[in-house]
Parts: sequence; C-alpha cells; structure tokens
Amino acid sequence: MSIAVVQFGGSNCDLDILHVLMDVLGADAELVWYKEENLDRFDGIVIPGGFSYGDYLRAGAIAARTPIMNSVKKQADAGKPVIGICNGFQVLTESGLLEGALTTNNYPKFRCEPTYLRVETTDTPFTSMFRKGDILSIPIAHMEGNYYADEPTLASLERNDQVVFRYVDRNGNATDEANPNGSRENLAGIASKRKNVLGMMPHPERASEEVLGSSDGLKVFRSMLEYISSR
Amino acid sequence: MQYQAEVIIELKAGMLDPEGTTVKRALEHLGYETDSVRTAKKFTIVLQAADIHSAKENVEEMCQKLIANPIIHNYSISLREIE
Repeated sequence: MSIAVVQFGGSNCDLDILHVLMDVLGADAELVWYKEENLDRFDGIVIPGGFSYGDYLRAGAIAARTPIMNSVKKQADAGKPVIGICNGFQVLTESGLLEGALTTNNYPKFRCEPTYLRVETTDTPFTSMFRKGDILSIPIAHMEGNYYADEPTLASLERNDQVVFRYVDRNGNATDEANPNGSRENLAGIASKRKNVLGMMPHPERASEEVLGSSDGLKVFRSMLEYISSR
Repeated sequence: MQYQAEVIIELKAGMLDPEGTTVKRALEHLGYETDSVRTAKKFTIVLQAADIHSAKENVEEMCQKLIANPIIHNYSISLREIE
C-alpha cells in the first residue's frame, strides 16, 4: 500500500502529512512532484495545503489545471481515496472533483486558529473510525475558506450525505459565531457523490499528535488507511 | 489578424465582496459616502485569430475553462482589432 502526497510549487503542508503517514502511522507514503503524470501505482492520494502558484488567479486554480490532476481524476474515478486539505480542497473544487467554490473569508483576514468540527457522516473512507456527532478540535489556517455553492447544490450535498464536517462551537452547535469564514451552512468539509473524494479546510495533520494539542485529526488518516486495506 | 481582448471578471451579484466592503469603509474614513463598492479583475489578452468571431469564441472558452470560475463569477469580454 502506498499513498501519494502531491507537491505543487508552493505546497507547504506536504512534509507534515508525510510525517503523520510515515512516522506516526507507519504507512508507506511518497512525495510526488506535480509533473508526474501517472499515479496508478498509488492506493490513495493526499493534496496538501499551502499556496500553490502563489494563489495566482484564484486559490488552487492553476494547480487544478496541471497534468497531474488528470491522473488524480483517473484514480478518483477508480474509487481510490483522494483527500484535499486547505489549498488541496481549493484545488479539488477548482478541478471539478468536488462541487462548489472557496472564496475569500467573510472577514477578510488570514485566520489561523483552532476550530471545532462536528462529524456529520461516518459513511466515507476518511471518517469511518469516528462516530456521527463527534466533536473534533482541528485548526484552520486560510484566507479563502468561505465555502460557496448555490441552493440546489447545497440541498443535494445534504440529500446525498456528502456533508462531512461542519464548524461548530464546543457544545456542537453550528452557530454563526463558530463559523470562521462565512461558509454556507457552516460547511468545513464535503465529499464527492461516491464519497471517495474529500475536501476539508481544517488541517487534520496539524492535530495528529498529542504534543500538538490535539490528536483528533489522526482518525481521518487512519480511516483512509483502513479503507485502503479493506479494498 | 491580431486582436486585443479585455476581460472583466466580477463576483456574481449577491456574493460577498469583502475587499470591496473594506474599501467602502476606508472611503468613509476619508469622508466619501458611497452606496456600494465592488471589485473586479481585468485581463488584457492579445491573440491571433482569423476574424473577430473566432477571437471572441476563443476568449470565451478561456474564461469558461480558467480565467473565471463560473460558479462564483460573471465575466464580460470586449474585443478590438489591433492595427
């Protein structure tokens, strides 16, 4: 089993993810430069956070149109798990692998702080080890994390159980105050219709060891590895 | 023939424009009252095409595929032939 961690010029969470996968979980993982066009040998893909291409044009827009993304789409179509975190989420929406768009935070500021998330579904390769309703402490670090989709799209995300994480307060309520960026319906993470593609703005790799203040994010990666073993 | 296209990309009406709102507030600090301030991005693209219609078609495609995100943006294109 091997996981690809995709590197674009400007990715900066790639090594953190590699550390969690290899050192914390003992999995086999590899950094893959964006010029690679064939990802067939991998069982899962992580698109890390950062500022690919300096956020030129729109966050994630240029990376989404690089050749490696054709292979990411191919692997996703084959049912392999693909997770995009922060800038990786932006790349996945820009490439059309996930619905909606991520726009500038409603309060136009780079927000880097802990947030609480509620697990909305365990029926994904990334959340199977959680219980529905679990409250997680996982930090965010972004300027363009304001999730936007039109009403019909939001309704279909809900109907198809594609809503994976919501920003909540410590008691688990999805209030306006708990929403750090103005995302529609407090959405922090959504999945594709088949559930094997997940995008989330918070950084589970920054909450995967107790020494970091939280290890709530670790189960995202453990769930992914378990899903791969069971395929 | 050589053409110059000016492409304006704007957030759709009703979408939050935090940069525009911030500029509006700063204008108020300077004593200017405005009803609204919206930001936009302009791209100037010079290209070769057989005629103005194919130039327009080409730039339209560029907007759909990359320059705009049709989920959140409207765009407008104006074209002229360069002598």
